[in-house]
Amino acid sequence: MKRKQKKKTRVIPGFGLSLGVTVTILSLVVVIPLCSLVVFTSQLSFSDFLSTVTSSRVMSSYWVSFSTALVASLINAGMGLMIAWVLVRYDFPGKRIMDGMIEIPFALPTAVAGISLTHLTTTNGWVGSLFDKIGIQIAYTRIGITVALVFIGIPFVVRSVQPVLEKIDPQYEEAAGMMGATRCYTFFRVILPEILPALIAGFTMAFARCLGEYGSVVFIAGNTPYKTEITPLLIMAQLQEYDYASATSIALVMLIAAFLILFINAVLQSRTSKIVSGIE
Amino acid sequence: MEQQYYVEMRDINKQFGDFQALEQINFGIEKGKLIGLLGPSGSGKTTILRILAGLETAETGDIIINGQVVNDIPASQRGIGFVFQNYALFRYMTVFENVAFGLRVQKWPKSRVKERVNEMLRLVGLEGLEKRYPSQLSGGQRQRVAFARALAPEPQLLLLDEPFAAIDAKVRQELRRWLKGMISTVGITSIFVTHDQEEAIEVADEIIITNQGRIEQIGKPVDIYRNPTTPFVARFIGDSAELENVHLFPGFEYAADQIKHAIIRPEYLTVYKKGEPVEYPNSVEPGVVVQSAFRGTVTEYQIRLSDGTILTANRLVDTAPLAEGEQVQIFARRLLAFDEERAFPVENICLAGVRPYVI
Ligand SMILES: Nc1ncnc2c1ncn2[C@@H]1O[C@H](COP(=O)(O)OP(=O)(O)O)[C@@H](O)[C@H]1O
Ligand SMILES: [Mg+2]
Repeated sequence: MKRKQKKKTRVIPGFGLSLGVTVTILSLVVVIPLCSLVVFTSQLSFSDFLSTVTSSRVMSSYWVSFSTALVASLINAGMGLMIAWVLVRYDFPGKRIMDGMIEIPFALPTAVAGISLTHLTTTNGWVGSLFDKIGIQIAYTRIGITVALVFIGIPFVVRSVQPVLEKIDPQYEEAAGMMGATRCYTFFRVILPEILPALIAGFTMAFARCLGEYGSVVFIAGNTPYKTEITPLLIMAQLQEYDYASATSIALVMLIAAFLILFINAVLQSRTSKIVSGIE
Repeated sequence: MEQQYYVEMRDINKQFGDFQALEQINFGIEKGKLIGLLGPSGSGKTTILRILAGLETAETGDIIINGQVVNDIPASQRGIGFVFQNYALFRYMTVFENVAFGLRVQKWPKSRVKERVNEMLRLVGLEGLEKRYPSQLSGGQRQRVAFARALAPEPQLLLLDEPFAAIDAKVRQELRRWLKGMISTVGITSIFVTHDQEEAIEVADEIIITNQGRIEQIGKPVDIYRNPTTPFVARFIGDSAELENVHLFPGFEYAADQIKHAIIRPEYLTVYKKGEPVEYPNSVEPGVVVQSAFRGTVTEYQIRLSDGTILTANRLVDTAPLAEGEQVQIFARRLLAFDEERAFPVENICLAGVRPYVI
């Protein structure tokens, strides 16, 4: 009773030190900037805060941001899964180059992506002119925003699904096949459950990223208030008018949204890992 | 008269790239038998099983099941249940769903699926666990689920790849007996792969021994054990010690010229403690006890001969124990001799009757 149990010795040394460094870095890079958001926002009274974040222009920017981000991430979930599947399951010339290209959206300055996508999709651009003929405008519409966000989000899904897909034991498919399951049935009943956690993780990361994407979107969006104005752009606009309190208020709303998304993701992940690891 | 086989492989050859994995595989299995496919790791056992199942295709040869050549019939229509080495249970499905998988795929009506799954779970003794996930089961329970899943769609032939490899030694013994009982209850023709000779000998009705992609010998466990026909089997089966100098062993000088290699097994040996009456005093060889190990009904001794060869021999527990370092006398009833192609037993001259002979 008098003495606690002896501290357990750990296999990997330096736990205290590495934890200390981790916490310090996390606070410097993440927590302190986030706190400053709250501090700045608190300059406003609560009613001012509410009226700022619910003004009609801001409300429609939420809608633009969320709807385009959601659609883009859904497209990415499907497309990314397909790309990952092709990269893992098939051998073809140029496979390695294609594999390397997946990361381009990460490496490219987002403004460059935005400008080139805009060029392509204006009514004079290569792609835009084709779609113009059937009456669809891409640049300066929400479709354009979605296109930019799809471009930005691809690597998230591919890179989270790919390693999981690689690790799936081919015996699962053989077992299902031996019992007469079609490839389609096997995919949906056996393989998809295996990769679903990774797919959800990729989807949420892409979604969270799309919500905050600024650089590539501002060029292609056209930024018409109430129609193609995304929330990050509104924050930028407030900052340029030195209205820090309003800017941080809107930013705070986005922050809460991002936390919610990541939280839902974490809940889903822990549910599936319970099934696999058997921890009740 | 040609024997009627239920499963047959004829002249099967299989290559992986340049590597000849199987070479002229020929065997037949009677209906209802439990066959052990025994061989060292990498000898092609799994490949034989996978070709039978249709998961792999052979370059040449025929696979015949129930009188029908099934070479071009897809795996799912060969009426085969397959238990994979690591079971390949679907991790995101409950035990019930795992066992029901094959039935659902084959569009059994719902009520019959439930009935059949419950019947299978009762058979393998897993009632009450149908809602568990595979991760919440022990190794032995997982194997039972895999077994139930393979059997649920009523296959005609059951293939099991190293069914006990992933299970710890204690439970393995019990599971072996369980599996043997279960298979004879169901009455299904079965082939199981193992690299453990004890397991094959204990469980199988008949053993097929593979080595480097070829079949070495086929036969009942007792025949394989008593009369190995190839040098490989002679060395592989039993607790064998190789003899360097056969002519040193009294009683075998007459055959020493014809014997290139020979092995000796514990059951061929009698060990006499100093002072114990010796039946054939002219044919005993002195030795020194190096090590002893208590094995229950017998005590196992490692005994070193004058030329350095170490033999394993047993003495029943009720005989006087031997101390390490003790001088003993050994009598060998027989040897197992072999040359490049064949293996044959050689009797001690004292026992070989009037006219000593070499087979
Ligand atoms: N898909 C494959 N590709 C190449 N070589 C293989 C493949 N499957 C098996 N082999 C080779 O064939 C040989 C026999 O393998 P296997 O049948 O699995 O042996 P066992 O089951 O007896 O241990 C091994 O040398 C193995 O490396
Ligand atoms: Mg194997």
